[in-house]
Amino acid sequence: MSGNDGRTPSDKKWKYIGTRPIRHDGLDKVTGRAQFGADYALPGMLWGKVLRSPHAHARIRKIDVTAALALDGVKAVITGRDFPNVASEAAEGGEGAGDMADLAMNVIARDKALYHGHAVAAVAATTARIAEEACKRIAVDYEVLKPVLSLDEALAKDAPILHENARATGHEPLPKGPSNVASRREMGRGDVAKGFADADVVVEREFRTPMVHQGYIEPHAVLARTGQDGRAVVWCCTQGAFQVRAYSAKVLGVSTDMIKVIPTEIGGGFGGKTTIYGEPLAILLSRKAGRPVKLVMSREEVFRASGPTSGTHVRVKLGATRDGKLTAGEAVLVYEAGAFKGSPVTAAMMTVFAPYKLANVRIEGWDVVVNKPKVTAYRAPGAPMAALAVETVLDELAEQLGLDPIDLRLENAVHEGVQATYGPKYRAIGFVETLRAAKSHPHYKAPLGPNQGRGVACGFWFNAGMSSSANVSINEDGSAVVVTGNPDIGGSRASMALMAAEELGIPVESVRPVVADTEAIGYTDVTGGSRVTFATGMAVIEAARDVVRQLRARAAQIWSVELDAVGWEDGRAVLLAEEKNGHEPLSLAQLAAKAANTGGPIVGRAALTARGAGPGFATHLCDVEVDRETGAVKVLRYTAVQDAGKAIHPSYVEGQYQGGVAQGIGWALNEEYIFDKSGVMENAGFLDYRMPVASDLPMIDTVIVEVPNPMHPHGVRGVGETPIVPPLAAVTNAVQRAARVKLAELPISPPRLLEAIDRSA
Amino acid sequence: MARVFFSSGLRRQVGGAESLELEANDVRELLAALDAKFPGFAAQIGEANAIAIDGEIIPHGEALFERLRPESEIHFLPKIGGG
Repeated sequence: MSGNDGRTPSDKKWKYIGTRPIRHDGLDKVTGRAQFGADYALPGMLWGKVLRSPHAHARIRKIDVTAALALDGVKAVITGRDFPNVASEAAEGGEGAGDMADLAMNVIARDKALYHGHAVAAVAATTARIAEEACKRIAVDYEVLKPVLSLDEALAKDAPILHENARATGHEPLPKGPSNVASRREMGRGDVAKGFADADVVVEREFRTPMVHQGYIEPHAVLARTGQDGRAVVWCCTQGAFQVRAYSAKVLGVSTDMIKVIPTEIGGGFGGKTTIYGEPLAILLSRKAGRPVKLVMSREEVFRASGPTSGTHVRVKLGATRDGKLTAGEAVLVYEAGAFKGSPVTAAMMTVFAPYKLANVRIEGWDVVVNKPKVTAYRAPGAPMAALAVETVLDELAEQLGLDPIDLRLENAVHEGVQATYGPKYRAIGFVETLRAAKSHPHYKAPLGPNQGRGVACGFWFNAGMSSSANVSINEDGSAVVVTGNPDIGGSRASMALMAAEELGIPVESVRPVVADTEAIGYTDVTGGSRVTFATGMAVIEAARDVVRQLRARAAQIWSVELDAVGWEDGRAVLLAEEKNGHEPLSLAQLAAKAANTGGPIVGRAALTARGAGPGFATHLCDVEVDRETGAVKVLRYTAVQDAGKAIHPSYVEGQYQGGVAQGIGWALNEEYIFDKSGVMENAGFLDYRMPVASDLPMIDTVIVEVPNPMHPHGVRGVGETPIVPPLAAVTNAVQRAARVKLAELPISPPRLLEAIDRSA
Repeated sequence: MARVFFSSGLRRQVGGAESLELEANDVRELLAALDAKFPGFAAQIGEANAIAIDGEIIPHGEALFERLRPESEIHFLPKIGGG
């Protein structure tokens, strides 16, 4: 385990971190040379295709693949029967907790298809067209069952049951016998009834949000080659090569050393590529066919069978005194898990009131299965929907109390030493600083026109540590190579190089960052949980410090002095004694040139479980204009203020803030899965699933607050997830003020807003 | 002695206590002490939970060998899970 052990990063002067070099992988990406998941090919490669269930809920009586196998060019067909039974156990190492048995059944259905698009068979053939034709010739005998398509339907007394043998777990009272409730949990402290009795104002509201997708541009893609010995090499676009290896090995019933995963470049993930879909299918097809197999999802398949995050129903109640002090809070959070248990409701429970001091609090969370795709992590899983409820209720409290919405939040904001509503005390955090920065920002004072409104909202995310490995090796000319195991989604190569450059004292352009496969670097958890710059960065710093120690030892050897007599300053070994005896400083390049004569190549290593991840807090401001005739909402101005601890590469920190806001605005205004009565998604494409494009958005302004995380050598805290937490509420609060309406459901689409305007008239 | 806090969902297992002080050098000893006092507690905690030790949230399975200080504050939390 590793942390910072009391060093004070805020006191340091930095030479390289905090600068904005061009990313090392940038040129290849903008010139089309970078290879993404679908770009790989091998000699003799076959094309894979997945047959998916046309029903949202159906028992699979029989699958006959005879006609498919008889088709010329078909080399292999697999169904759920080709896979071993997988025991129930925690699926560790991803961004969120899952169950291996569920994961295996989500990869390919066995006895039951649980959502429209659930994989039921897969084919490998010499061309994509033959594979597609073969899928049509697979005869599946279904017993079609009534689907469960909403939380209300799932919780109804006579609801069809998805998993007949499953029983609800958690805290009583729990449903007795079979139900669609996977779990029910409670947490809280204090005396909630007394807290509400002490309040001068109490606001209670309910909100519903739809299932939405992460919307990464690159569809899932995998190429698998299985050798004569059964060992598989897998190229795929993933946020976690080690998780693909571990999960695929479990699903296939083989040991991890039988699978090597080479992560390709990745075109977005946002949590949705922390799990597996086609990887075990491609491996097994390759094993059966004896040839490499490539499997690429279409956009439609991405929507129907990967990703989304939960549809939710949230009720929040808050009480406050006349002067704006919160006295009690209560939240009931009901989250769709999709077809298998494991919604992000527990994270929602812990984040819902996390930014605020509340002595009396009660939180209840329900995880509910429905006949929709199994949800996967999506940027701060569970938190944006919870924040929508709390932050809009706070806004209403501010209005009723006649208080400035930022002042109300400042009055109740958590800071170092305060006990979080989910339990432990906060260490150094920067929430108050984000509120003050937002309040003093010119945006907050700018005048508004007719039908315009300004929304304020805040957000919290824990940020993760987890396990990482790093190698730093010195080239013969004094340049360096940094090897880690985290696929680079948001510019992490540049951040790793900057941290290594800072420690080694050489220009960042002389450091080459590399993303390695599962056999070229030690175990590393996913690129997710806002952990890479924090945790893998910590490993890089330790590995670079290992290199520096070796370089000092080489200099000590050359100068015939003890190691302690040699320091490291600005990329050079220096003799610390006042009497130099003619020993001029030795640069890294000079020491590298002598490496063969002083002990051999210089390689630093580190492997750690990072402790001390600092929570992230943000305050967002949003201005909108509402067209009262059409119900259209235009976002006029947006400012995201967030504590980064220390921004290693400020451009990529700003990019994270802007990306989270763009996704959050889409979630607030346009995005939703629309299902017909039989559970078929009706808008499985970007034309009908309306994500915001550049022309829909204003320039998103950013303010980086830096309250260093004392547990990281460079003061880093994660920044990737917090920015998506406030926008749902910031947009909603702005629209409510602009249109003088109360809203209870996302997205705030034109028809829904018109309805609210009509209701309020 | 380390102080252990129980959120409302767990209090039924510990006779309604909001917190308890216990002698324990690490999390394994702490769970054993709690299980001795409240039989079945350790199993109930299981994999579905995480443990916060002095503000550091650690998944249950990774926390067993974590050292505790006499002034340590421990909270049992739901595991941050799901997607």
